[in-house]
Amino acid sequence: MRFVVCIKQVPETTDVKINPETHTLMREGVVSIVNPFDMYAIEEAIRMKARLGSGTVTALSMGPPQAEAVLREAIAMGADEGILLSDRAFAGSDTWATSYTLSMALRKMGDYQVIICGKQASDGDTAQVGPGIAAHLDLPQITYVRRVEAQDDKHIVAERLLEDGVEVVDSPLPCVLTVVKELNEPRLPSLKGKMNAKKAQITVWKAADIGCDPQCLGLTGSPTKVLRIFTPPARKGGQMLTGETHQVVSQLVEKIKDTVLSAQA
Amino acid sequence: MTDEPIQIINDKCVRCGACVKACPFGAIAQAEKKSFPVIDLHKCTLCGACKEACKFDAITIQAKPAPSTTVTLDDYKGVWIFAEQHDGVPQSITFELLGEGRKLADQLGMKLSAVLLGSGIQGRTDELIARGADLVIVADQPELASFQDEAYAAVLSELIRRHKPAIFLCGATTIGRSVLSRVAVTVRAGLTADCTALAIDPTTHELLQTRPAFGGNIMATIITPNARPQMATVRHKVMKEAEIIPGRKGQVLVETLSQALLQCRARRIRFEPEKEKSANIAEANIIVSGGRGMQKPENFDLLRDLAGVLGGAVGASRAAVDSNWIAYSHQVGQTGKTVCPKIYIACGISGQIQHLAGMSSSDIIVAINKDPDAPIFKMATYGIVGDLFEVVPRLTEAFRKLLAK
Repeated sequence: MRFVVCIKQVPETTDVKINPETHTLMREGVVSIVNPFDMYAIEEAIRMKARLGSGTVTALSMGPPQAEAVLREAIAMGADEGILLSDRAFAGSDTWATSYTLSMALRKMGDYQVIICGKQASDGDTAQVGPGIAAHLDLPQITYVRRVEAQDDKHIVAERLLEDGVEVVDSPLPCVLTVVKELNEPRLPSLKGKMNAKKAQITVWKAADIGCDPQCLGLTGSPTKVLRIFTPPARKGGQMLTGETHQVVSQLVEKIKDTVLSAQA
Repeated sequence: MTDEPIQIINDKCVRCGACVKACPFGAIAQAEKKSFPVIDLHKCTLCGACKEACKFDAITIQAKPAPSTTVTLDDYKGVWIFAEQHDGVPQSITFELLGEGRKLADQLGMKLSAVLLGSGIQGRTDELIARGADLVIVADQPELASFQDEAYAAVLSELIRRHKPAIFLCGATTIGRSVLSRVAVTVRAGLTADCTALAIDPTTHELLQTRPAFGGNIMATIITPNARPQMATVRHKVMKEAEIIPGRKGQVLVETLSQALLQCRARRIRFEPEKEKSANIAEANIIVSGGRGMQKPENFDLLRDLAGVLGGAVGASRAAVDSNWIAYSHQVGQTGKTVCPKIYIACGISGQIQHLAGMSSSDIIVAINKDPDAPIFKMATYGIVGDLFEVVPRLTEAFRKLLAK
């Protein structure tokens, strides 16, 4: 039984600052990390393997050669192997082309049972790649999973977080899950895990290795194109309200009451 | 070298370094201050930020010629919105989409259609028409009573094939994002997530889809030049709801669907509605949010009181959720939800960038914090340096009096 976690290397956004003169992102010395939501995906895959008593956890990523760091991090946590899809032909992929490329790698593996993705990546914030993989492979999906209720080698029952409540969904395997933070608490790598990660041989697949149609890859294969990128207008400087508590409260009430009243409709 | 999709034309380049600074991915470097910039193609995502920054047109980005398809773009006509309903009740996002969709349709001189999937929902079409739809396309089947990813995606894909809309909009809700991602892959269309602004390009008539990325630090405008429909999910509370126009006329089209489209492997077993009314932060006009400064779970009752009086929801920072003071469904920020209310009242929240990423597009931000140096004050429309345990109850009282009148 193979559990595949799809993970992405992202910049640690805490370090992203805007250059006040050029209004562009300053990226010098920005650290790359595993996308925060993917940490819950890795942890859950490791727990599934433990729960079922056997299987392989494969970490899969697409990105530049340096993205192998996130695969090593997954192995340090307990994943058994890492596969990196890296080819210049993948550059400029939107979510259509990314989910296509990942699905082609999954086809090559063939024996996947559960595919787990973080709900969304912290740089793009689309939440489209997980369901996109499911569509490319024609698999059922359970998105926004916050708890796995039951699981055997044929089925999974999971709770998904909707805006107005929790839905419990039963899906046959194979299936795609996208997961949110509440699901678990990702473990820290053990010393042994770190040793394994250091020694691990990361498999690298190029477009030709997974039989991709070049027309479906990268910028060419992406239906959406970025027309322009700009910095959002900065918020206007705020106003500090000062005085005794009762004074600041009445000032604030005065400032926001019209908006509050119009929001009651 | 001519194969590379992005190139710097050295004849035009003045080596100013603007592209190096503009690159969000650190993919462009100059060996020395005044040498020609070099692009690391392993890091480059072809986002175009450098091209935008270059004042000398020295950077070109060229995709390989798009595959010749049988798609004739002009065959695709009309603007569609997905009418999200829960238990037959159209959600507020549906009315927001109708408002925005109406504007786009009018600019294009096209019809606006609402696509309504559900069971026993045919009585709900009048309101969609009154709020701007020219046509309501209905799929009314017992299998569609509650949202099911596979059946909803299959039905929507089939309807797109039948009617060929030019534009298809959907809320960036849990349901919207789950289903449209599948549809876009199936019909080979472009999909832009979580848009906060939409417009029609006056010359190309393409849909300009603007969305935040990098936690709201940058904005990107996306187009779908060679595929149809142009699909986008739209963030809650950004677009204005369409008003009801009494007596407005429109058509209803009830679709026949084959049984195969309604098959689902993953099935809903049960649904547990959220008991706490204040939990639906995505749809709230007013959010009262608490952070580490709340100190203990019981203190969130102060925020519940204020939210109750204001008719709002209760949010929380990651610090408060990780301390188990309040459930994860309330979390605002990078690992929680992105919200966009009219008023966001941050109580005892310092304002870490991950939190700001989830709420910085709120219309009015009020910050109440003891620490005058808290970063949240830089973002706040109105800031109060003070003890939230004194300020919040008084604020609740003041609004209780005001709204009772």
